[in-house]
Amino acid sequence: MDYGHSERSSGATVLPTAIKILVAGSFGVGKTTLVGAVSETRPLRTEEVLTESGVGIDDLAGVEAKQTTTVAMDFGRITISDDLVLYLFGTPGQDRFSFVWDELALGAIGAVVLADTRRLADCFPSIDYFEGRGTPFLVAVNCFDGARRYRLDEVQAALNLDPGVPVLLCDARQRESVKEVLITLVEHAMKVRYARRTE
Amino acid sequence: MTAQGDVADHQWVDDHAGPVVRPYAVTGGRARPVTGTFDLISLVTATRADVAPEVGLGPEHLAIVGLCQRMLSVAEVAAHLDLPVGTVRVLLGDLVARNLVQIREPNTTVGLPDHSIFEAVINGLRAL
Repeated sequence: MDYGHSERSSGATVLPTAIKILVAGSFGVGKTTLVGAVSETRPLRTEEVLTESGVGIDDLAGVEAKQTTTVAMDFGRITISDDLVLYLFGTPGQDRFSFVWDELALGAIGAVVLADTRRLADCFPSIDYFEGRGTPFLVAVNCFDGARRYRLDEVQAALNLDPGVPVLLCDARQRESVKEVLITLVEHAMKVRYARRTE
Repeated sequence: MTAQGDVADHQWVDDHAGPVVRPYAVTGGRARPVTGTFDLISLVTATRADVAPEVGLGPEHLAIVGLCQRMLSVAEVAAHLDLPVGTVRVLLGDLVARNLVQIREPNTTVGLPDHSIFEAVINGLRAL
């Protein structure tokens, strides 16, 4: 795979662009599997130190109340073209999700919330977070073998999602299935951006 | 530590022991880069094919120049070197200050991606 070119044959310098999509969900829901299903390399792991500001505690005026948390992320890469690279970051969900992910979510074009119907409540923090931030997202229900299948409208109702938020079933192991999830997300993100721009 | 240039003679602990060097030891204790912010998806490209060892550059610096002969994100550099991103940011700051790497920041600070980028991503995903 040759994606090291920084110049076109014309000699004009191409300014490459990187974009990112987040894959959120609780431990063991299949985030790394999903990333690996479409990434051109095996998922890589990195550690990021995130700053947690003292949100939710009032009367913080003037007080530096920050803590740091180290988070391990698995990520993958899809080279779209010589000058466009898509990165997928699997971001572990947790109760304190909304306080630590601001740096990661900055500039993400959208997020996949990966859900497991056996533990649907686990994805509430991720959904709350992306709703609050205004990051376009969808919910992809990973169909584990043996998991009871629910209808999509049942999942939508159980999660109390806005009707505009796409919900779809997927198999995080299957490349075609994950492609469909990502395409749906980017289409949704584009729609959300345009709706906002014309408001 | 997988950085190029490590002296094998001194390797008395194998990989299974985990990191034996504290994360900021390779930066001389510095926790912040001298220049730049370095988003996870900022793209790094070496400006030269090779760099001779010089004062102030450690094996990790040289390893980054070697890796970034092809364009890589900050996250990828960190993963390949098996170093925390914070450490890699400091090393990259040193390299930028010496003009040994170029950084392409993502568009995200100046605004949202435009329509053509969304469409390129959708088409690219379909073609996978």
